[in-house]
Amino acid sequence: MKIGVMVKNVPDTESKIKLSADRKSIEMQGVKFVMNTYDEFAVEEALQLKEKLGADTTVTVFSLGPERLVETLRTALAMGADAAVHLTDPAFEGGDSIANAKVLAKAAEAEGFDLILGGKQGIDFDSAQTLSAVAEFLGMGQAQVVTDIEVGGDNTSLKVRRRIEGGDEIVDVTLPAIISCEKGLNEPRYASLPGIMKAKKKEIKKLGLSELGLSADEVGAAGSGTQVVGYSPLKERPPVKMLEGGPAEQAKELVRLLREEAKVL
Amino acid sequence: MPASFELTEEERLIQQTAHDFANDRIVPIAAENDRRGTFPKEILKEMADLGFMSMLIPEDYGGVGLGNFSLVLVLEEINRGCASTGVTMSVHNSLASSPIIRYGSDEIKKKFLPKMATGELLGAYALSEAGSGSDAASLQCRATKDGDFYVLNGTKSWITTGAEADVFVVMVRTNPKERSKGISSFVVESDTPGFSIGKKENKLGLRASSTVQLVFEDARVPARQILGKEGEGFKIAMETLDGGRIGIAAQAVGIAKASLDASVGYANEREQFGKKIGSFQAIQWKLADMATSIDAARLLMYRAARLRDAGKPHTQEAAMAKLFASEMSNRAAREAVQIHGGAGYLKDFPVERYYRDARITEIYEGTSEIHRIVISRNLTKN
Repeated sequence: MKIGVMVKNVPDTESKIKLSADRKSIEMQGVKFVMNTYDEFAVEEALQLKEKLGADTTVTVFSLGPERLVETLRTALAMGADAAVHLTDPAFEGGDSIANAKVLAKAAEAEGFDLILGGKQGIDFDSAQTLSAVAEFLGMGQAQVVTDIEVGGDNTSLKVRRRIEGGDEIVDVTLPAIISCEKGLNEPRYASLPGIMKAKKKEIKKLGLSELGLSADEVGAAGSGTQVVGYSPLKERPPVKMLEGGPAEQAKELVRLLREEAKVL
Repeated sequence: MPASFELTEEERLIQQTAHDFANDRIVPIAAENDRRGTFPKEILKEMADLGFMSMLIPEDYGGVGLGNFSLVLVLEEINRGCASTGVTMSVHNSLASSPIIRYGSDEIKKKFLPKMATGELLGAYALSEAGSGSDAASLQCRATKDGDFYVLNGTKSWITTGAEADVFVVMVRTNPKERSKGISSFVVESDTPGFSIGKKENKLGLRASSTVQLVFEDARVPARQILGKEGEGFKIAMETLDGGRIGIAAQAVGIAKASLDASVGYANEREQFGKKIGSFQAIQWKLADMATSIDAARLLMYRAARLRDAGKPHTQEAAMAKLFASEMSNRAAREAVQIHGGAGYLKDFPVERYYRDARITEIYEGTSEIHRIVISRNLTKN
C-alpha cells in the first residue's frame, strides 16, 4: 500500500504570537514552527499501518510551504517515514486552502497514493478545509475526524470510526481515500536519536510549478478565491472582582452587578 | 574553534525530541518523584529507547555516537524537567560510558557498552571518599594485584546513582608510594563479591537520585577490567570530569531555564495592586537578568562541548562553563522563589524544588572554589 501523509508546520503553542503592524499577517520572526499536532497522529497512524501491513507499504510525507517546512518533513522522516516531497515555488505563496489543495492534489496524483492521511485541521488557522478539497480534486472518498482505522479485505477498504456529536459513527471507505485524523487515534512516537540520524540520509524531493504541470494563475494568491483582510485579537478579560462583606451583602451586591453592569438579569 | 553556535538541523531535531519528551514524560512526575524520593527507573528505559543513554557510545557498540554537543542539548531539556533524572543521565553518559569508550580495551567495551547503550546496565562513577573530596589525589581506597585479579578495599562516598547502578568506574590506589600517579581506574560490576552499598544519604535536593557509600571488602575485580594502564587512573578521572562538568553546566542551565519559565508564567498571572506583577519593573528586571545570564551560561557550555567534540583542549572552558552556569543557576532559582513570593516557598510550586536542586551544581564535579583554582592556574602558570 502506498500511503501519503499531509503534514503542515505551525507555530509552536509555546510561541508568543504577534500581529504585523498592518494587522494583515502574523509576525513570523522569532516564532518556532513545529509539526501540526493533528498531523502527528496521521504520521503515527501511517507508520503503524506500515508495521502491520509489511515491507511493501511505504509512507511518504508531503507538504506545501516555505523553506522552514523542511524541518517538519525531516521530523516525519526521523519518526520513520520513507520519503518526503516538498512542494515549493514562489508562485505558491499566499494561497488559500483551495489553492493549496490544488497543488497538493497534483502532487498526490503523481505519487499515486492508495491512502492519504492528514490532521483534522491545522492548529494555526483552523480552516479544516485542505484535506477535503484535496479529496474533491482527486475524486476520492473521504472520512473526517477519525479515531480508529481498520484495514479491510485485501487492503482495498477501511473501516473507520468517526467522532460525531454524542457518539461515534462507523464508516466503510473504499480505497483510494483520504482520512483526517483526530486526537485519540494513537499516541505519536518521538523522533528517536537513531531515527534522526537515519533521516539525514533520506532525500526530500522538491517539486515546483513546472514539475507539477500547473500554471501560476491557478495557485498561490492568484488562484485564491479568498483573501485575509485583517486579524483582530480577542479583548482581554477584565480582572476578577472580589465582593466584600457578609454573605447577605455579597449576594445583594452580586444581584445588583448582574442587573446593572452585566445586564443579564 | 568552530565559529558558529547555530544549531544544525539534526541538532534542532534532537533538541525538539528532548524538549517534547521532557514536557510529556518528565515534568508531570518530577514533583512526586522528588517528594517520595522515587528513582525514575521506567523513564530511564524510555530514554534509553530514544538513544539518550548512549549518546557518546559509538554505533559499533550499539550506541548513537553523537557527541557532547548533542548530549548537552538533551541534558538541558531533561534537567529542565527533573534534575534527579538529569544527573542520572549525565553520570551514565559522561562519567561512566565515556571513560570506558576512551580508555577501555576492546574486550571491555564489548562487554559493557552495548548493554549500557540499551539501558540494561546503568553506570556510575566513584572517585570521592570521606577524607578525599576536592583533594582527589589523596584517595585511600586500595587495590592489590593477586594473579589475574585486583583486590579492592575501602569506602567511596557521595556516589551518585550508587544504589541503582550496575557498572562503576572506580578510582583506587594501586601504588601507595605515589600520590596521583599511584591511582588506577577499574570497571567494577555491582554483583562483584565483596562489593556492597553502604549508607544512603538524605539530601537537600536531587531527592529522586540516590547518593550512597560504596564498600569494598576484598572485592576481586578481573585485572583486564582496568581502564588505561596502572597509574593512569587519576589522569583518566580528571579528563573524564572535564566532560562531566559540561554535563553539570547543562544541568545548571536546565534548572535555571525551568526557574525562568515558571517565573514568566507566574508574572503573567499573579496580580497585585490591580496589575499583573510582570508589569512592574522590579519583576521585569529580574526576568531580564535571568534570561541574559542563562544565555551566557549556555554559550559557555556550547563552546566547551564543541571543543571536546573536536578533540581540542577544553579543561579551562569546561571549568568556566561549569562555574558560571552553576552560580548563575542558583541566582536564577533564588530569584524564581522571590518572584513567587510566599507561594515560592511552598511545595505546591516547582520553584522550591529548583532552588534545592540547583544548590548541588556549585558543589559536585568540582566545587566553585576548585574551578576558580583551575581557571586561575591556567592564567598565571607562565
